[in-house]
Amino acid sequence: MYVAVKGGERAIEAAHDWLAEERRGNPEVPELSIAQIREQMALAVNRVMAEGSLYDPDLAALAIKQARGDLIEAVFLIRAYRTTLPRFGGSVPVDTDKMALTRRISATFKDAPGGQVLGPTFDYTHRLLDFKLMAEGETPQAQTRDSAPEPAPHILHLLDRDGLMEPQPRHDTAPPALTRAPLELPATRPLRLQALTRGDEGFVLSMAYSTQRGYGRTHAFVGELRIGTVAVEMDIPELGFAVEIGEIELTECETVNQFTGSKTEPPQFTRGYGLVFGQSERKAISMSLVDRALRWKELGEEDTGAPAQDEEFVLYHCDNIQATGFLEHIKLPHYVDFQSELELIRRLRREAMTAHQEAAE
Amino acid sequence: MNAPHHDPDYNFAYLDEQTKRMIRRAILKGIAVPGYQVPFASREMPMPYGWGTGGVQVTAACLVPEDRLKVIDQGADDTTNAVSIRRFFQRTAGVAATEKTTEASVIQTRHRIPETPLTEGQILVYQVPIPEPLRFLEPRESETRRMHALADYGLMHVKLYEDIARHGAIATAYAYPVEVEGRYVMDPSPIPKFDNPKLGDNPAIQLFGAGREQRIYALPPYTAVRSLDFEDYPFDPSKADHDCDLCGASGSYLDEVITDDQGSRMFVCSDTDYCETRRDAGHRGRFSPPEVQA
Repeated sequence: MYVAVKGGERAIEAAHDWLAEERRGNPEVPELSIAQIREQMALAVNRVMAEGSLYDPDLAALAIKQARGDLIEAVFLIRAYRTTLPRFGGSVPVDTDKMALTRRISATFKDAPGGQVLGPTFDYTHRLLDFKLMAEGETPQAQTRDSAPEPAPHILHLLDRDGLMEPQPRHDTAPPALTRAPLELPATRPLRLQALTRGDEGFVLSMAYSTQRGYGRTHAFVGELRIGTVAVEMDIPELGFAVEIGEIELTECETVNQFTGSKTEPPQFTRGYGLVFGQSERKAISMSLVDRALRWKELGEEDTGAPAQDEEFVLYHCDNIQATGFLEHIKLPHYVDFQSELELIRRLRREAMTAHQEAAE
Repeated sequence: MNAPHHDPDYNFAYLDEQTKRMIRRAILKGIAVPGYQVPFASREMPMPYGWGTGGVQVTAACLVPEDRLKVIDQGADDTTNAVSIRRFFQRTAGVAATEKTTEASVIQTRHRIPETPLTEGQILVYQVPIPEPLRFLEPRESETRRMHALADYGLMHVKLYEDIARHGAIATAYAYPVEVEGRYVMDPSPIPKFDNPKLGDNPAIQLFGAGREQRIYALPPYTAVRSLDFEDYPFDPSKADHDCDLCGASGSYLDEVITDDQGSRMFVCSDTDYCETRRDAGHRGRFSPPEVQA
C-alpha cells in the first residue's frame, strides 16, 4: 500500500548528522587541524583560493576540512561565503615586477637578469612513492642561501625593448567585474582572464592541451613563469595615497606565441597571460594558452572552429561551481516532468501501433 | 505564534540590500517587458546552481517580514529541496511558512503551478534551469538574444512542425514554449504542459529566476499567454487519464506511483496541499482508507 513520501525534514537532518560523523572518520585517529591542512596541503589550499576567488588560506583550509577533501565542494563553500562579504573597492594593480620570487624560470632564454630559480618544484622529481613519508617525525631541512637582491625584470620586457613582442599598452580604466555584472558577450580580455583564473583547473588544462594538439594551435613557449609574493596596495581616498594592505602569493605565466604581422607591419611575437592565486603553476600555464587562443579575432587569425577559440563555449563552461550544481541537480526529483514524458510516449506509441495495425488490415 | 526572528548573522533574507535592489530593478524591468529575459548579476548562493538559486534570489528580493511563504517542489511541500529552501528563509528571513496555497503571499515553486487558483496580491516565483526557450535549437546565447530581438521564431515553429511530421504530435511534454502578449517566446520553466493554461490571465504576479544563467523574467497579472501550436494541431494540456486515488480529483495533475513489483500503479495528486484540502473536505479516492467513525 502506498504511503505518501513524508518526512523529508527528518531525513535531511539525519543525513547531515551522518555526514558529520563520516567527516570525522575513525575517532581513534587524531583530528586534522586547520593549520595542518594549511601547511601540509598547501597546493590544495591554493587551488581552493584560486577557484573560490578569495585569498584566505585559513578559510580555504577550513573549507577543505568541511568538504572532506572534495575540492570543488570546498571551492563552493568559499564562493558562498565570499558573496556575503562587503566590497570595499579595488586594489592598485599588483606589481609582479617587484615580486619576492620563490620560483622563476624561462623556457626561452638560458639565463636572464635575476637568473633561473627552480624553487620548491615537483619538476625533476622521480615520481616514486616515498614510503618514508608513511613513517612520521621527519622534518626535512633544505639548504639555504642568502638571496641576492638582484632585480628580476620580466623576461618579455627584454624582447619588448627590441620590438619583437606585440606592444601591450597600459589601460587605466577599471576592468569589468565578473561577479558584479551579468556576463555579456563578446567579453573583453580582462573579463575573460577573470573567468579563466577562477575557472576549473581541469577544464582550463584540457582546453589548453587541446590547443597544443592542434585545435586552435598557437605555438606557445613559456617566456617566463614566476611564483612569489606581491604587496597589495589600495588607494585610501581620505589619505590621498595608496597603502599596503597585505601580501598575496601569485603564479604568473607569460607565453611567447607565433607571429602576427602583415604586408605593412613586420612580424612580432604575441602574448598569452596567466595569473593565479598561490602556487598554481599548471593552472597559470593553461590559462595563458587559453587566453592566447581566445585572442584570435583581435590578432586577425582564422577561426578554425576549435573549442578553445570559442569564447562563449569557454566562458560559459569553465566555472566548476556552475557546472557541478547544474550537473548534480538532476539528482533532484523530476517526477512531474518525467510523468508528462511518460504520458506523451505512451500516447505516441498507442497511435503508432494503431496506425500500424490499420495498415496491416 | 511568536514574532518571527531571522538569524542576526545575516541580513534579512540573506542578500545585502544593494543586491536586493539590483534584483528588484531586474524584476521591475521584467514586469515592464513581459516575457523578456533580463540579465542580472546573479550572486553565488549557499545552495548549488541548478537547485533554485535564481528562485531563491527573486524570493529574497520580494520578501518582507510580514510575508507568509510556501515552497513546493514537484507540487509537494515536503520534497527534500523544498524543505531545504523553506528552512533557508525561515532562518535568514524569519518569515512565517505555510503549506496552504490560499494563505501564502509568496510561493516559490519548482516544476508546478498550484492547482488552487491564485489571487491578486500573491507572487509565484519559479525556479528556472534554462531560461532560453530556443537553447536546444541554438546553443549560442549571442545568437538567441538576436533572435528574440528580431522576434525571429521560425526555428521554433520548424521544430514543432518536425515533431508533428515525425510523431504525429508536438513531442514536448514539459517546459512547453509560450508566446507572451504576442511578442516574446518564453520558457515557462519545466512545468508540465498541463499547467500552461494557468500561466495566462493569472491574477498573481509570476516571476521567473534563473541563477546560473543570470536571467530574470516575469508575467505581470492578467498577461496574455499562448502555448505555441498550429490551427490544425491545437495545444493539448494532457494529463494521466485517471482520477486521484486518494482524493478522487479528476482535474488535477497526477504523479504515477509504482506500488509493487507486478507493475501495479496508483495515481495521486502532485499538489499535496490540494489533495489534503480535498480529503479534509471529505473527498475520497479509490485507495482511500475507509471512513473513521467519530
